[in-house]
Amino acid sequence: MEVRPSAAKVLALTMPKRGTLASRMIERARDTAAQVLPPLIVLGIILGVWQILCMKPGATLPSPSKIWVEAYDLIVDPFFVAGPQDIGLGWRVLTSLQRVSVGYGLAGVIGIAIGTIIGQSVWAMRGLDPIFQVLRTISPLAWLPISLAAFRDSQPSAIFVIFITSVWPIIINTAVGIRNIPQDYRNVAQVLRLNPLEFFWKIMIPSAAPYIFTGLRIGIGLSWLAIVAAEMLTGGVGIGFFIWDAWNSSRLPDIVVALVYIGIVGFILDRIVALLASIVTRGTAAN
Amino acid sequence: MSSFLKIDHVDKNFTRGSMETQVLKDITLSIEAGQYVSIIGHSGCGKSTLLNLVAGLLPVTAGCVLLENKEVNSPGPDRAVVFQNHSLLPWLTVYGNIKLAVDKVFSGKKSRAERHAWVMHNLDLVQMSHASDKRPAEISGGMKQRVGLARALAMEPKVLLLDEPFGALDALTRAHLQDSVMAIHGKLGNTVLMITHDVDEAVLLSDRIVMMTNGPAARIGEVLDVPLARPRKRLALTTDPIYLKCRQRVLEFLYERHHFVEAAA
Repeated sequence: MEVRPSAAKVLALTMPKRGTLASRMIERARDTAAQVLPPLIVLGIILGVWQILCMKPGATLPSPSKIWVEAYDLIVDPFFVAGPQDIGLGWRVLTSLQRVSVGYGLAGVIGIAIGTIIGQSVWAMRGLDPIFQVLRTISPLAWLPISLAAFRDSQPSAIFVIFITSVWPIIINTAVGIRNIPQDYRNVAQVLRLNPLEFFWKIMIPSAAPYIFTGLRIGIGLSWLAIVAAEMLTGGVGIGFFIWDAWNSSRLPDIVVALVYIGIVGFILDRIVALLASIVTRGTAAN
Repeated sequence: MSSFLKIDHVDKNFTRGSMETQVLKDITLSIEAGQYVSIIGHSGCGKSTLLNLVAGLLPVTAGCVLLENKEVNSPGPDRAVVFQNHSLLPWLTVYGNIKLAVDKVFSGKKSRAERHAWVMHNLDLVQMSHASDKRPAEISGGMKQRVGLARALAMEPKVLLLDEPFGALDALTRAHLQDSVMAIHGKLGNTVLMITHDVDEAVLLSDRIVMMTNGPAARIGEVLDVPLARPRKRLALTTDPIYLKCRQRVLEFLYERHHFVEAAA
């Protein structure tokens, strides 16, 4: 018997037709609408219900239409300057962000450093971990009087509160990441005789990067939470103090606008760190 | 007595708390330069432990490991390891993984251009230069193992240590890779110490097969010379009487005299 390869019949495939430019544009627009419309509709419903609830005379909270009228200048122009204490919310957010960036930056550097030590050394972990576990549950505001007493100035106190709030998740996650470096990578480093510094930069940091970024992401959220609270007490120019000031002068619509600002900025901060994480840890998580 | 690599009366115990288990007992083995030696035994007999002792990743309890008459007790690039699970760094590309090793081993000895050429040369050796910009997650298991092999070869080791390098691969890929390893061994004449649990693989690739008894306190049960001429052809060997004889000897050792006892308490 002869064995012969059998030939398959060649099937003619029709190429899917490329749509015209107009039809593709419509397709694109439909996809975008499917993403954008649902949140817009829900937002509309919420605003509508809110409007109905707060329209009747004697309502304790302002309705959306009232906010629009009374806080119009704050909504439309974030960057106006009309006087030393009468500036747009954009400027106030920037001032707060400046404090956050200093405090959070410090927390990032020191948190990763301490986390690395704890992750590497069993003794450092045994000594420090219980203390950290207790300290991290302390509310940011509880730290404020202590830091005011220590620094005797509101600016470094606010920065310290940011730092102390956001440093714990960074420390703890970094330590977990360092402890979870697979033995395989350590073996590779040993066979190559990497020195401690090379090991730190070439193995530890990349290997622990997903964990570190988890900590950084929790940290940025916490520091944005803390800055508003800290500024309400320390005063100055930030967005937190603006809310306190508006409350004291009964400008409820302004407070609502400030809340929206805080929410959006917090969201953007979280996205930025998440984006950074996905760029830096590319390839690390997937294996 | 000066053999190239000498494992001299090595014992290895593991201690956990007050429990001490002897894993390896009185292992003595000499390997000549350019020889391909396989260690075969049932799982849990301590063959990987033996390889880790030679690699320096574990300290010996008694005895010593000598490479060119010098004791080795810490890891180093002169004893490069190809790990069973490839152990490539996932955040580096294929090129980057090998470059890391080359940069470390040849810093100050080769120029930047020479190091680049050396990386590419070793990728060519394992036929992986087409994937140099890929990350380990983007290539298949067999390809990862090739890159792991290239990384080890790029260190120009005195001894190449292979820790079940083909264990996690499917049969076809494994055969393909075995042929590559044979070709490279034929070309470069490396001294190789390989751990395996595959009888055919051991006979096909090795000059000598070291058979280990079951643990605890595993010993070398028997050493078999494989007097097959090189280069060896997989297909021609399937009916070769010497090949079949060697294969039978190993099988007899593993399944008759030292058959695997599951969790002997």
